Amino acid sequence: MVAAETNAPDLPKPENRVWKKFRSHKSAMLGGALVVFFVAIALLAPILPIPDPAATDWAAVRKAPSAAHWMGTDEIGRDVLSRMVWGAQASLLAGVISVAIAVAIGVPLGIVAGYFGGWTDAIISRCTEALLAAPFLILAIALAAFLGPSLTNAMIAIGISATPIFIRLTRGQVINVKVEDYVDSARAIGLPTRLILSRYILPNVLPPILVQATLTIATAIIAEASLSFLGLGQQPPAPSWGSMLNTAKNFLNQAPWMAMWPGLSIFLVVLGFNLLGDGLRDALDPREH
Amino acid sequence: MKPILEAQNLVKHFPTGGGLFQKTGVVKAVDGVSIAVRPGETFAIVGESGCGKSTLARLLTRLLDATAGEVLFDGRQVTRATGKALSDLRRDVQFIFQDPFSSLNPRMSVGRLVGEPLEIHAPETSKSERQEEVAELLTQVGLRPEHADRYPHEFSGGQRQRIGIARALASEPRLIIGDEPVSALDVSVQAQVINLLGDLGRDLGLTLVLIAHDLAVIRHMSDRVAVMYLGRIVEQATADALFERPRHPYTRALLDAIPDPDDRGGASRARIEGEMPSPSAPPPGCAFHTRCPHATELCRTDVPAPEETPDGHMTACHHWRKIGATPRRTTTRSRSPAAQARLELYRKATEGAEIIPVAETPDREDPK
Repeated sequence: MVAAETNAPDLPKPENRVWKKFRSHKSAMLGGALVVFFVAIALLAPILPIPDPAATDWAAVRKAPSAAHWMGTDEIGRDVLSRMVWGAQASLLAGVISVAIAVAIGVPLGIVAGYFGGWTDAIISRCTEALLAAPFLILAIALAAFLGPSLTNAMIAIGISATPIFIRLTRGQVINVKVEDYVDSARAIGLPTRLILSRYILPNVLPPILVQATLTIATAIIAEASLSFLGLGQQPPAPSWGSMLNTAKNFLNQAPWMAMWPGLSIFLVVLGFNLLGDGLRDALDPREH
Repeated sequence: MKPILEAQNLVKHFPTGGGLFQKTGVVKAVDGVSIAVRPGETFAIVGESGCGKSTLARLLTRLLDATAGEVLFDGRQVTRATGKALSDLRRDVQFIFQDPFSSLNPRMSVGRLVGEPLEIHAPETSKSERQEEVAELLTQVGLRPEHADRYPHEFSGGQRQRIGIARALASEPRLIIGDEPVSALDVSVQAQVINLLGDLGRDLGLTLVLIAHDLAVIRHMSDRVAVMYLGRIVEQATADALFERPRHPYTRALLDAIPDPDDRGGASRARIEGEMPSPSAPPPGCAFHTRCPHATELCRTDVPAPEETPDGHMTACHHWRKIGATPRRTTTRSRSPAAQARLELYRKATEGAEIIPVAETPDREDPK
């Protein structure tokens, strides 16, 4: 009965392989470290031994970095370090939540459009194109202004603005994947459409979406900073990097540290997410060994 | 005997091009095919690339919807089945794909891939029962139970095709349709997989429908053969009858196209000139008349109906009586050692002999 026993050598499981490849990717590890660092700071904000970010000290207005205030103080004597730490929360939350909104709406719509095609696809795709016609940041600003200024509304506005990218990306990936023989093989064994979508389509379109999500978090953090800079995001006195930059621009000559720290942090966290995204893209590619 | 699978005037047209101000064209991939497969037999469908044989295979399993005509499985409608009927059909009829590299979901373990049909068609089985059954299926196709935890990319082409076969067997089907199941494999591995299919067909009482273009495979595998040309069946007969006494000029040309190192002159060969016409603009009358040495005026205008010859062929040719009289060149000739060895392998394979496994190493340097 047995025609020929065949052996497969002991290869690592795919998860281990992905991790191994990711680890060997120096810039991805750097990106990961940056992201972990900022996430840790944001999470630890309540227990770090730093002053209240809203407490003013009229004796120390616009003081340069010193032993008492490591990053200096701002125009009403608040500690910049503590505002930076609490601001990290706003920035990262805005990045992650708005992208979560975009993925949660965009991926299912993209899968439906790509898999079923026809009228469903036509309607979803035309709406997507209409949204894409407006530049990302302009759309986010318009939506945030319409919803009213608050951090939550800024996240919703950024999330909706980022949704079309995910619809388009997912739809394209699904169109590529659905003609693969293995999708036909799922139909041949009588797998219900629901399970074809969740077992065959979704896992195979996920890697590029994951990469895009990481890169979009970076964009969303910049967008939140921009909205806060314009007064449409985090409301005073709660700190955010964007609103700190907004204030700091008035004191660039007298107190450059006020602008330097938020600027540097935005730069580093965005760099971190971008490097992480690039690393994930390489590590998740199943064809490369 | 009542046929297990029957196709009646099956037609599949694919629309091509076309636009707002342009007429849509059609590719007549399958154009009125009728076949009847008997229970337990191995039925082969052969033809050149592009003759519509893969489309036919997909119509038979309802992976594609037919434009017209009907498919009956065990007397039940395939073409319009929905819901429970379709689900039953998906249990009883399975498909083996041509390319083992693209037909297994790369994100699922072998155990899940093979166990999936059980999960759908026998939802009452527990997880551990399913695991046992998967282990048994893997052993049955020559893999090891512990392979269940691995992923498809860790296996070679031949091993993957075995996984595909295990998955096809899981729902205990009665009919398996193979769309060129070995053409993507190395020659040495082909014989092993053919051996496996032959064994399984016999042991499990399966009916096999094999799509192929390799005549050597067909001859040694199948009971009956249908020859397809440009979306139609031109000849149908038992494998022996077809290879010994081909009736249709196309079948004859196809058989004579098997390379023969000794026959350098080839004076007695039936040749076909030119390319197969495009299925989007098939010639009128007999589709083969543009390349047929026996074509007459009649062939250019009238489509020949399939007729039964006294020796049991079904042939669609106006002139089969006349052509049948021309003797086919004899096949008593020596083959090259390599070809001989290969045919020996096939012969052994179909006779169920144990084949010494050719070292099958996972091809890590796969085409990327």
